[in-house]
Amino acid sequence: MSAQTKTGVPEGGGEAAKNAGGMAAPADRAGEPRDGSRRSGPLAGLMSGSAGHLLGLVIALLLLCLIGLVTAGDRFADFDNMMTILRLASVIGVISVGMTFVITGGGIDLSVGAIVALASVWATTLATQTMGADIHWIVMVTTALLVGAGCGLVNGVLIAYGKMAPFIATLAMLAAARGLAEIISDKKTQVVTERGLVDFFGGEVLGIPVLVIVFALVAAGAWVLLNRTAFGRRTLAVGGNPEAARLAGINVKRHTAILYVLLGVACGIAAVLLLARTTAGTSTHGGLYELEAIAAVVIGGTLLSGGRGTIVGTVFGVLIFTTLTNVFTLNNLDTSTQAVAKGAIIVAAVLLQQRVAARNGTGG
Amino acid sequence: MRGIVKQFPGVRALDGIDLEVTAGEVHCLLGQNGAGKSTLIKTLSGAHQPDAGQIHWQGEEVRLPNPQAALHHGIATIYQELDLVDGLTVAENIYLGHERTRWGLTARADAATSAAALLHRLGHPEMSPAKEVGRLSAAGKQIVSMARALSHDARLIVMDEPSAVLDQEEVGRLFGVIRELAAQGIAIVYISHRLEEIREIGDRITVLKDGRTVATGLDVADTPTPDIIRLMTGRSIDYVFPERGAVPDPATAPVLEVSGLTRRKEFTDISFAVRPGEIVGLAGLVGSGRSEILETVYGARRASAGTVRVEGRELPPGRVGAAMAAGIGFCPEERKSQALLLHDPVYRNISLASLARFTRRGFLDADGERNAAAEHTRALDVRPTGVERAVNTLSGGNQQKVVLARWLLRGCKVLLLDEPTRGVDVGARSEIYTLIRDLAAQGIAVVMVSSEIEEVIGLADRVLVVSDGRIVSDGPADEIDEHGVLDLVMEGDVA
Repeated sequence: MSAQTKTGVPEGGGEAAKNAGGMAAPADRAGEPRDGSRRSGPLAGLMSGSAGHLLGLVIALLLLCLIGLVTAGDRFADFDNMMTILRLASVIGVISVGMTFVITGGGIDLSVGAIVALASVWATTLATQTMGADIHWIVMVTTALLVGAGCGLVNGVLIAYGKMAPFIATLAMLAAARGLAEIISDKKTQVVTERGLVDFFGGEVLGIPVLVIVFALVAAGAWVLLNRTAFGRRTLAVGGNPEAARLAGINVKRHTAILYVLLGVACGIAAVLLLARTTAGTSTHGGLYELEAIAAVVIGGTLLSGGRGTIVGTVFGVLIFTTLTNVFTLNNLDTSTQAVAKGAIIVAAVLLQQRVAARNGTGG
Repeated sequence: MRGIVKQFPGVRALDGIDLEVTAGEVHCLLGQNGAGKSTLIKTLSGAHQPDAGQIHWQGEEVRLPNPQAALHHGIATIYQELDLVDGLTVAENIYLGHERTRWGLTARADAATSAAALLHRLGHPEMSPAKEVGRLSAAGKQIVSMARALSHDARLIVMDEPSAVLDQEEVGRLFGVIRELAAQGIAIVYISHRLEEIREIGDRITVLKDGRTVATGLDVADTPTPDIIRLMTGRSIDYVFPERGAVPDPATAPVLEVSGLTRRKEFTDISFAVRPGEIVGLAGLVGSGRSEILETVYGARRASAGTVRVEGRELPPGRVGAAMAAGIGFCPEERKSQALLLHDPVYRNISLASLARFTRRGFLDADGERNAAAEHTRALDVRPTGVERAVNTLSGGNQQKVVLARWLLRGCKVLLLDEPTRGVDVGARSEIYTLIRDLAAQGIAVVMVSSEIEEVIGLADRVLVVSDGRIVSDGPADEIDEHGVLDLVMEGDVA
């Protein structure tokens, strides 16, 4: 009686909503909860999370592109412009992907922007760059990643073992990391003198910017990690019901700490990408990245309360935001108008998400 | 006071339910999980709207578009998860939503006085209206909820399984309060799984099954318990407990040995041993330390002294991972909050403790997971079938089977069961009993805790009576009866 499918993923949002049409079909017995219909086929396997929601994201993105086409014509549809959008998306995208893990695991991180700033500054200090010049620019990359991982570890340990609220612990990190970045850089912009880094990450492979390739690799790796490994499954369990996860033998504290370290590393990667794009490290890098990343994750369909996450949705969330920015810029609209539009999108996305969730919910 | 009459002929999800409650009676609502009890009381409290049928209140047809309207008519509902705010005081909770005010400010003294009067009426004058609700016991919260109902001038109070979180003594006191209210002409609709309670408190019974009324207005005194069970389950249960298997050979080495286990302020010097195939039951009241003992054996709590050995090897204290690796499995008391990922599919809930086994070169083998889970759900007869189904769509009994399947899939030598039949209806209970027996017959050592003494005696080979954090008796189950256990429990540390 149950639609058992090999590749199906639970919660066929769109179809379930259509079929249910109300609280319960009249034929259903109270003792036998209705069988939520499921999507099957290879496509559903790719979409972790609600397929209906994903469809909504695709439509939103297409709609934005349509607006771009109508208002800016060829300037929008240009291949170079597409690459500009993706290049913009890559920095915030890498962070958002990391943020998806933390939020799915039941946490939140407000310090990502500050960590990016600190990592960018630390990687461009005279000492680091000199060492990089002597050995290889990989030293700078390693520094950025280590700084990111270190900040993430501090966050994770405070939250998991120090039992601090994620909001507070990462708020403290937000203040401290940016302050440290200002101290190290003396509030000055540090130009990347080691051209190797800019040449490599700022370059292209087969016409595609390396920034974009890095983002794609991170997203693909994250998708596999979340959907196809025990680590990902444990992340869902830790976010969905930490006590049940603990009693099922999962080391919830260690797992939580690792999630923040992962996000810290993502911030380190983002810092490297940002260095390549702007050719400078500064303590003002990464302003409001935390809000953009959280917003992208949430409109992507990841539950802010944890237990359910989608990398594909996050990527779409990021693309929607960056395309919006691009369309506005092409039309010479200022950033303030953009901010208002972003706010409206977040509200619309969350309202939609709640309606879908309410229809899928079984109530009893 | 006029007779109160309520009827619901035909409600969606409720397939035509009739219920009539008269003033001053305690009317028991019975039915298995999913029979429609919750939906029915939600309709009665205004939380759900009936699609057909009428509700008559004091002779007039009424509509209850929302809970406020129901309260306005004097119909108050006390839900299983009490809807109290922990951070507020008793008085503030009682008048939440209809605060006593004077010139726009809360009249605190006023509220305190009338709250005290209500508590007095409920026979609990010792409760202070200024006390924070979060510091009260479950029984105390129950009383506050009832006071809140009275503060609305309720003429009908619906209670959804009020006894589930209370121990036997508290239940006795609650019954006193209920009788008092009924004597004052207030009608009570009382929902419970425990038939013996209904026998004690109820005047009349209505039995629901599959969203229909199978019997209504039965006189409790004239209806024998087996009849009630038959009505609820549609079949007669003669033997609630399965036959005991062969008693394990006393010479067999125990698989689980607990010695001198102590946790400050919870329990002291707990020692027992369990052989393969043996079922050991811990009997005792809520708060006696039984659940804490199980959780400590499992490593979910850290012992302050004493050791736990599995097959002779000592486990490090406070480490769930080590206990699991040694072969211990644990089904916690609160299935929903401690064991299940409610919105996740059945198979993921089953495989949660065995993910490493399904990892191939770093990747999860989801098909392997599904197949293995399907095998176990089939063996345990989890219904409805289908491992993709979200686990919260299953009934309590089937959810419990999912938790059991988790440990069977992992494979364990020792199974710790805390209240294995809590929230499980009568029909499914005997299935769980049989299941536990079968597991023991396969050589698993089982330690179970239950509030229902009858269950411990009926199922276990050996019964340990826990009182006040100590084991006061240890003996074969067939040498002790319910009264014996109760006497021991009451004596407490005298023994």
